Formats: sequence, structure tokens, C-alpha cells
Amino acid sequence: MHPHPETWLKPTPSGLYCVPGDFYIDPLRAVPRAVITHGHSDHARPGHAQVLATPETLAIMRARMGEERAGSALQSLAYHEALKLNDVTVRLVPAGHVLGSAQVVMEHRGSRAVVSGDYKRQPDPTCAPFEPVRCDVFVTEATFGLPVFRHPSPAGEIGRLLKSHALFPERTHVVGAYSLGKSQRLIAMLREAGYDAPVYLHGAHANLCALYEKLGVKLGDLRPATAAQKAQLKGAMVLAPPSAVGERWGQRLEDPVVAQASGWMRIRQRAKASGIELPLIISDHADWDDLLATIKETQAPEIWVTHGAEEALIRACTLMQIRARALSLIGYGEEE
Amino acid sequence: MRAFAELLERLLFAPGRNAKISLLRACFTTEPDPERGLALAAIAGALDFPGAKSATLRELTARRVDSELFDLSYDFVGDLAETIALIWPAQGDDPPALPEVIDALRAAKRSEIPGLIENWLDRSDPSTRLALVKLLTGGLRVGASLRLAKLALAEMGLVDVNEIEEIWHGLQPPYAGLFAWLEGNGERPTPGEAPVFRPVMLAHPVEPPDLEKVDWSAFRAEQKFDGIRVQIVATGQETRLYSRAAEDISAAFPDILAAIDFHAVLDGELLVIRGGVVAPFSELQQRLNRKSTTAAMQREFPAGIMLYDMLFEGAEDIRSLGFDARRARLEAWFARTQPARMQLSPLIGFGSIHDLAALREAARDEHSEGLMLKRGDAPYVAGRPKGLWWKWKRAPLNLDAVLMYAQRGHGKRSSFYSDYTFGVWTEEGELVPVAKAYSGYTDEELNFIDRWVRNHTINRFGPVREVEKSLVFELGFDAAQLSSRHKSGIALRFPRILRLRTDKPAEEADRLETVRGMIS
Repeated sequence: MHPHPETWLKPTPSGLYCVPGDFYIDPLRAVPRAVITHGHSDHARPGHAQVLATPETLAIMRARMGEERAGSALQSLAYHEALKLNDVTVRLVPAGHVLGSAQVVMEHRGSRAVVSGDYKRQPDPTCAPFEPVRCDVFVTEATFGLPVFRHPSPAGEIGRLLKSHALFPERTHVVGAYSLGKSQRLIAMLREAGYDAPVYLHGAHANLCALYEKLGVKLGDLRPATAAQKAQLKGAMVLAPPSAVGERWGQRLEDPVVAQASGWMRIRQRAKASGIELPLIISDHADWDDLLATIKETQAPEIWVTHGAEEALIRACTLMQIRARALSLIGYGEEE
Repeated sequence: MRAFAELLERLLFAPGRNAKISLLRACFTTEPDPERGLALAAIAGALDFPGAKSATLRELTARRVDSELFDLSYDFVGDLAETIALIWPAQGDDPPALPEVIDALRAAKRSEIPGLIENWLDRSDPSTRLALVKLLTGGLRVGASLRLAKLALAEMGLVDVNEIEEIWHGLQPPYAGLFAWLEGNGERPTPGEAPVFRPVMLAHPVEPPDLEKVDWSAFRAEQKFDGIRVQIVATGQETRLYSRAAEDISAAFPDILAAIDFHAVLDGELLVIRGGVVAPFSELQQRLNRKSTTAAMQREFPAGIMLYDMLFEGAEDIRSLGFDARRARLEAWFARTQPARMQLSPLIGFGSIHDLAALREAARDEHSEGLMLKRGDAPYVAGRPKGLWWKWKRAPLNLDAVLMYAQRGHGKRSSFYSDYTFGVWTEEGELVPVAKAYSGYTDEELNFIDRWVRNHTINRFGPVREVEKSLVFELGFDAAQLSSRHKSGIALRFPRILRLRTDKPAEEADRLETVRGMIS
């Protein structure tokens, strides 16, 4: 009889804790040993003693929080390599969310649990694609866990951005995008679509783009928007954090087309309420169909849901006759 | 249908009025007949499809989607049409054309309609589905008003927008004659002798600086009666009673209709008038929003009209005359005709604006909202022309009330808790609702209240959230009235939020007896 994962993997106030391995996954506060799925700040928090993650995630953590706050001892684990931690074997498998993002695969006495972290199934030229892993318990996110969220083809959305750019060649297109992952993915998709003019970056994006390039992701001609003259930005493509787009930073551009790339743009009135003229539905999270498809592919008889719209996803699992429960871990944001 | 869907989507996100007008003009110029006319009809709310109501769409969706998943989604999205458009499980690429949809719906038997709609939804992408659902359910609040569409038409035909307003109510979808005229391929379509609504003249509010700037000696003053503004159109053959929004309300007021035996177009205020005395608005309310009425209702709440103005005497259009000249015509006509159930709105003589200030304050006792000030030489002009008519409402009353319930809004506020019920304290220390308000807050305040509601919910009743009784608002309102509909026995007229009082503890909000003291 293999031990059920609920006997050795427990939700705690500090986050999901692997008892026999004595480590936390994406802990919410500083802990002695942490396994980190990816570099977004709600998953990768500072101050842990030992940190285990992919080399790319560690590089992102160092760049974002500095060597010291990233952790006292950083240990890298390449995708698919096995590492024994006490009585648990840990592997990191691509999650397709952002560069370096990984699912945490844990095996303990013949029973296997997989923690997805954040993930998506759509193509992304900047990171390795998600790989489904068969398991006994699949711990999934549910950011877009409602059947109203079906992301359209990302190439089609980039096409809409380029069409608007062609329609209004004089207007600066300023696209709100999270600085880690979304920004680089947008640039790479623009390049794939044949856009090779310079892309201008808000300061918050520049460092991470430089890091992506160092890690081998080609992004083409990038320039700082902050140093550029207003006139130079006429008709240019500018990327900035979502918070800067609607505010003074975005407003000082001349007659900008304000766009935003996010799965939330699916809900019109939300997009409208945030003053967006061109909503682009491009997300780094799985949409409803992909959440359900992934759950089926893991063949897991039991699903745990960490954060997002848990209720609906649990209901859908029940309809598919799969056991499901909410872990109700709080502290993970709606950030993409 | 795809072009229409794209128009709606672009209108929603277009940042300003001019951008919306150009989008509409582009549609009217480039789309063929009848597509453009049907798009215009949809924006005008002139298309009605009995048998295709939101209930039909909900039932169709319920057959295809688990009800629990639907409810969770609807709760998140907030807008029924958008929820259905997004949650619909098929993804088609062959949407129906707009005229196909409209022709098929008109030809179909009621029982065939759900099947038609289901097929169209299957064939469409989410944007087209949303346009389709909005069109079917008549909830086409698209971020562009009919007024903007008329402005776009005026730009297209290089005509004055008032020329379009004037003939609008005699036109029928898909407006082929209108487009032909605007494109120089036909005569201007005119209503002729049909009993159509004429665009009304509206007033600007008086702001404090205007009091000094305007030469009030050129103006005439009247009460601003607290009923509803109406237009009587009587051609000698046919008779109509229209609301200010051009809605035909004749059927609900047979008593008024029976009193019309003349040929004229008149502007006035619909009121309950008993023995020559105007009753408070709450009595008129008993007779509003009804398709028909009973003899008992007509006896208990007798309708009457306070006449303000005359637009046509017989077939003669006198709108180009000045107010004084029209008033003279109205008075002479009234003396000759002596129409039943009607009175002339009295002109109020005044020496200076200070006399008027006193009259304005006394307005509350006369069931009047304040004063109207009309330039003696002003012609009757459609819309809200500057400087000709002013409304000077009496100062609002206010009170501090506690937020009790919140509900999601519609349209642009559909994912926010934006509709609120407020209460005041009884002597027993219990909160009772006295007002609902949906306006008066800024966007930041709305964001704050929305978040506050989500974090302080203590109970849910369907779409309504009951909240912790701790947030105080200052409400403004025009009058307090007795009401049997509310537990408090009081209803407030035109309540709106003046400000958030996060500084005020809930116990210090107003008491019911204070509000009772404000009843007029």
C-alpha cells in the first residue's frame, strides 16, 4: 500500500509542506528549505535559508531581489534531474509559465504528487513547454478556473496589436504587461510575426529582458523608453508594467493607444474599467479548457486546487468523476 | 453580423465621443443597406423580438452548461449577455448575417426561435455571440447613445443634427429613405400629418456664477412641477401622449386622452391634480410604468396636465416664435378651448433674482422642484441650447445613512458592487432601509466601496450582498415622501451619494424620526 499524498504533503500557514522531505513549495514566509516553482514574486519570496529551483529561476531571483535576499544557499536543479531529499525524490519538469518555471514532481514510497505552480499550455517562444506527468495527486492552480475564460490564439492577438499599429501609425502603442515573462513573450511573439523595429521598454522591464537575453532568449532591438524623446516614441511599440500604463507615465506619451496583455482582458467591462482601448487576451496561465485537459492528462484520481477560482474547477472535476478539494492557500495573487 | 459585432466592440473601448462618432459614421458610410439601417435600429432600441428574451437564452445555456458553473461564472462576469457569450461551449467560424437573423426571427414561430438561436450561437465566435445576445435581449448598452449615432448621421449627410431629430420619430428601420436623403439620393423623409413626437426643449441648471452673469429681466419664471414632462400630439384624427423620452404612454392615461378634442401639439407636466390642487409625486407614481389602468385608479389618482408651451396650433408650426409669442397663442387658445384636465402653468412675476431665490426655497411646499426660467424671445429649440432655458432647483436635503446591502450594477459597472441600499436608525436601534442610490461617487470611491463590500459581506441573497453595518454615506435627495412600499414608511426622491463618511461611526448616522421631519 503506497501512502496517500495527504499523509505526507500538507497545507500549512507557511505554504504547502512536504513532511518526509522537510521542505516547503513556494512558501509564503521565510522557511529553512524551499522549493521554488518560478520567479514571480508571490511564489518566490525572499529570506529562505536553502532554496532549490531551476538555474533560470535562481538567476531571476538573484536579479530581482539580490544575491543575499534570494536565499542563504541556492541549489540549482536542471529540468528532469532527480534529487533525493530524505525519503522523497524531487524532479523539476517544465511548466510553460515563464522562463525556468517548473512543476515539482515528488515521489515518496511509490506514491507521486505533482505541484504545478503556475502553468500554461499555449505556445511560448521564451520557455520550455509544459509536460504532463502521471501522478496520484495533481496540485493545480486555477487562476482562470471559470468556463468563461477561453484564451484565443496568442498569434491572433498579436495580429490585432499589429493591425492597430498599422491603422494608427502615428500613435504610440503602449502595452501593459507584467515585467517577468509576459513582457519577453510579447517581444518574442512580435519578432516571430515579423516586427523587427525597436521595442521601447519601461525601466521595470529592461533588467529582466537583459537577463532573458543572457539566458539565451533572443529579443532583438530593445531600447529604454525612459531616455527616449516623446517624438521618437511616435508610432513606436512601448512595453510597461500595467500599473504604469494608465498613470502619468503612460499619459505623458502623445495620444497613445493603451493596450494590455492579460487573460483578464476577456471580461470586457473589466478591461473597459481600467481604461484600456485595446485589450489583448494573452495569458501565461492555462485557460479553462487547458486546465481540464491537463487534469485529464495527468490521469490523477485526485486534484487539489491551490489558488484562483477553486469552486468552479472542483465542480468540473466532480462532473468528470475526479475527486477534488481546495487547499485554500492564500497569498498567491492574480498576477500573471 | 461580424461587422456589427466589431462595431459594438470598438465602440465600447473607444476612448472618447469623437472616436465613437467616427466609428459610427464609418459603419453608416461603408456598410450596405439594410445592414447599416439594422445596426442603427439596434442602437436606437427599435428592434423588438418577442420570443427571444433573456429567459430563452438562459434556458438554452442551461441545456449546454452545468448550472453551478454558469452561476459561478455569472457572479464573476456580472453581465448576463457577456456570460452567455463567453461560456457557450461551441466555437464557430461562420456567423449569420444581421439581416438573416432579423428576417428569420420575424418569420419564425415562437417555438422555432430557441433552435434558431442555438444554431447561430454555435456558428459564432465570442464577440459575435455577445452582439447577438445583446441584440436579442434588447440590452444594447454599447457605450454609444442614439444621440451619437444621430450626430454621425448628420456628419455623414452634412446636415444639422436637429434636422434628423425633427424627423426621427416618423422613421422606421431599416431607414433606407433616411440614408438615401443623407447620401443625396432622395428627398428628406417627413412625417406629414402622422401623430409623431417632436424633440423637446430642455434647460440648463443654474450654477452660482450664472446668477450674477445673466440678465434675468429678459426671462419669465414658472414653477418646475414635480411630475413627468409630456407632449400631447393631437392631429384632429389621432391623439398621443408621449413621455419626454418619446415613449407612447397613451394607454396608461385614458382620462387624459378622453379630454383631448383639439388639434395641437402641447408641452406640459403630467401630474395628479385633485380639485385643482397638485398632489405629491408619490401619488403620480401609482399610475406610472403601467401598460393600462383601472377605473378605480383613475378615480383615486386623477391625472391632469399643467401646460407649459405650444408647439403647433392646428397644423401650424409655431416653434420659431419667441416664448412670449407662443405663450400668448397658448393663453388665447386655452381661453377658447377650455380643455378638461388641463391648467396653464402660472407665470410668476418677479422684480429681481433675489425675489426668485425666496420663491425657489418655498418650492418644496408646493410640490415643485424649483423654478424654470425661460427667455421671452427664445424659440422652441430641440435639445439643450445654451442660455435660453434654465432650471433652478431648490437646494437638496441631506442625511447620513448606513450602507446595508450592495448589488452589482449593469453595463459599465457590471463587475462592481455599485447599487446600494441605505438605512437609518429607528428608536429601537434597528436599521431600516430608506433609499437606494446608484450614483454620485467617483471611480476611485467606487473601487473603494466595491472592495469594502467584498471584504465585509455577512450574507448573500442571490446577487445581493448584505454587509457589515459600519460604513456611513452622506446622501442628498430632493424630497422625503410617505411610502407604503418601504418598511421605514418613507421614500426619498432622487437620492444620490454626496460623499463617503469613513470618519463617521455608524451609530452616529441619522435617525428615522429626523427623516420623518423632512417629509413635505
